[in-house]
Amino acid sequence: MNDITSIAFLTSVLAAAIPAGTAILYACLGELLCERAGVLNLGVEGMMLMGALGGFAVAYHTEQAWLGAIAAFAVGGALASIHALLVVSLRANQVVSGLALTLFGSGLSAFLGRDLVGRPAPASFGKVAVPLLSDIPYLGSILFRQDALVYVSYGLVPLLWWFVFRTRPGLNLRALGENPATADAMGLNVAALRYGYVIAGGALAGVGGAAISLATNPGWSENMTAGRGWIAVALVIFGTWNPARAAFGAYLFGGVEAGQFRLQGAGVPISSFYLSMLPYLFTIAVLILASRETARRRIGAPAALGRPYVREERG
Amino acid sequence: MHAATVPHAIEMIGVTKRFGPVVANDGVDFAARPGEVHALVGENGAGKSTLMSILAGLYHPDAGVLSIHGEPVEFRSPRDAIDCGIGMVYQHFMLVDSFTVAENAILGARDAGIVLDTASAERDLARLGERYGLKVDSRARVWQLSVGEQQRVEIVRLLYRGAKILVFDEPTAVLTPQESADLIRTLRAMAAEGFCVVFISHKLDEVLAVADRVTVLRRGRAVATVEARTTDRRALARLMVGRDLLPGTSRSDSMVPHTGKDIRETILEIRDLRANGDKGLPALSGVDLDVHAGEILGVAGVAGNGQRELAETITGLRPVTGGRVRVNGTDMTNRPPGDIARAGVAHVPEDRLGTGLVPGADLTDNAIMRRYRRAPLARGPFLVRRAAAVFTDRLLAAHDVIAPGRTAPVRNLSGGNQQKLLLARELAGEPQLLVAVHPTRGVDVGAAETIHRLLREQQSRGAATLLISEDLDELLALADRIAVLYEGRIMGIVDARATDPDHLGLLMAGIAPAAASA
Repeated sequence: MNDITSIAFLTSVLAAAIPAGTAILYACLGELLCERAGVLNLGVEGMMLMGALGGFAVAYHTEQAWLGAIAAFAVGGALASIHALLVVSLRANQVVSGLALTLFGSGLSAFLGRDLVGRPAPASFGKVAVPLLSDIPYLGSILFRQDALVYVSYGLVPLLWWFVFRTRPGLNLRALGENPATADAMGLNVAALRYGYVIAGGALAGVGGAAISLATNPGWSENMTAGRGWIAVALVIFGTWNPARAAFGAYLFGGVEAGQFRLQGAGVPISSFYLSMLPYLFTIAVLILASRETARRRIGAPAALGRPYVREERG
Repeated sequence: MHAATVPHAIEMIGVTKRFGPVVANDGVDFAARPGEVHALVGENGAGKSTLMSILAGLYHPDAGVLSIHGEPVEFRSPRDAIDCGIGMVYQHFMLVDSFTVAENAILGARDAGIVLDTASAERDLARLGERYGLKVDSRARVWQLSVGEQQRVEIVRLLYRGAKILVFDEPTAVLTPQESADLIRTLRAMAAEGFCVVFISHKLDEVLAVADRVTVLRRGRAVATVEARTTDRRALARLMVGRDLLPGTSRSDSMVPHTGKDIRETILEIRDLRANGDKGLPALSGVDLDVHAGEILGVAGVAGNGQRELAETITGLRPVTGGRVRVNGTDMTNRPPGDIARAGVAHVPEDRLGTGLVPGADLTDNAIMRRYRRAPLARGPFLVRRAAAVFTDRLLAAHDVIAPGRTAPVRNLSGGNQQKLLLARELAGEPQLLVAVHPTRGVDVGAAETIHRLLREQQSRGAATLLISEDLDELLALADRIAVLYEGRIMGIVDARATDPDHLGLLMAGIAPAAASA
């Protein structure tokens, strides 16, 4: 069969890594916005699942893939607004709320989607070759024969990088995560802004789900995100809260995922169980490295991440 | 407009603010003019910060009217106050450490443009710094700056944001005496430029040096507004407290004879002590200290020069990275805190409610914490609640701790009563060494007197005391010798009776005076 060292094989792995990484990338960028605002959202997995289901359901009934993507955006944002209500307004524990939403999202999506399991997708995002660019040897077929959601994400990464590091609202966003008391005293509406970023982050996670159910694996099956939401959370740390580095990490995981299938296809004698463990082992390794307190300081985690902001009562 | 018709910059009439059952401000009238420095003085808890938080838009008053430059206003958020030209310099600086000075200035500003333009902000800040003598490197990141520099950043930022009314909440608490003098000159210059400057403090010398007028708050009410020229410390203190202060806060009134000072044994012996701070950087870089029986050794220094780390290494709460700590000749370096406590070391930590007491636990549980393992409070693995109650009642009565009852959570006590309870517990075992960090910070004058009396009693009992304080008057009144910490080293140890705040201030700033230890 295929020779796993050939250029052709490598190109096909990389070309598959991009869409596989794109689903993670959307979720990761969403989580990044949320954490930059100082809110930890562990509900990403649930938001991706609800986005995947919502996107597929709308596309199934309207036969419009774009409407599906928009629906995924809305569903993810709606689920995230529950998180915002709980942790910003009610100051609930962010970890507990996030975990609850993941469990809720996976349960609800399984329940609502039981009639859609195995249905063929009437509309999905197919591969579109970009004229000229797709003719570049190797690179063209890796980067520019992809689906529309991939192309959108190409634009989103530099846009978010520019927003976070080069704009006034981006500066305000970083202040929210570093020192909300200062942001408050400087006249920013901490609660409203955190709501906005949590919801926007959840909406992007929803699109990440749709990138699976409408592009890489068109269709719906229970728990189809298979832990990618958790990988996205780990990647935000791996990417040191920087959209460009997060994109690198997302494609790396996409590569691990794509390589896993291709290696099996090439008949490499390694148990598929080991291969499917790889992304999660890597996630654990990243989290161990990043969660050491000294490491946290060095890599610049938002200082107020995970802490609810309460204007100090009693002067 | 004629001077007589210029409206007040700030006018607050009948401002009332309640927090649950506590009335923090009770119908306060306060007015300040453009071009004046107006001091707001009062004891802790008198309502100064609450009043200013209302002015800053952080709190919404329950009643009362607020006018700015003659216009009635109602603030719903800090944004509204900023838009009215009100700028606050809070006690805890409102700066993002990881941002540059320019980024901190831009933060939250409403100017046009979505793109971050740090270059123009840097130019504006440089220009403002030049004009008002507040030079700061606008490209530096805040964490790289000293406390004094950070305060300058706060002030320049307010000017950059167009503030006309500048409110300073205890601005000198973190400064050396020399830095304070600079700040006072700056504030006078700002007032001369037509700014309205409000200066909150309880240091009456500074208030009299800087202010044109002084408003005194007591228990949430404005009791008087006086011209600074026509008043003095004593009169202001009487207005603040509502009575004359009891004697005993100044050294001349001290009743305790300094006995047998030449042949006292050394209780605490520290040699070349080294330890890291919370950020993993060296906080103590070779400290040598001896504290003798019957002695109070004061430790002065600007906040963050190793005071907390010194107390924590002695009491075993922070790992020692080099050097030795001996208590009564026994090496206690890096021993567990429990062992050190049993060796006769008591600790009144800086963070009394986090490290010293358990805020959610009741008075009894907090009171018995040092001795619940032993009889009579313990019988085998069981607590004897009755004995604990008796012990607690005795402790509370002996130290005038005013509490709703033994079973109330310690959180509900006032700061002064919390501190008295903590000291009572720590001193109940008659320790050989007491390590006390800012024991009177944030407590009312009455409790401070009690605490000072307790410290003097330790002295006459023959115990050694290491007293770390930011209050130079307190150190000068209580201590036998004063060691000054600067950047984790001892800058000098001086005889408390032969020194003065100026001399200490130079040492605190890291300047060794030509004639060291006078």
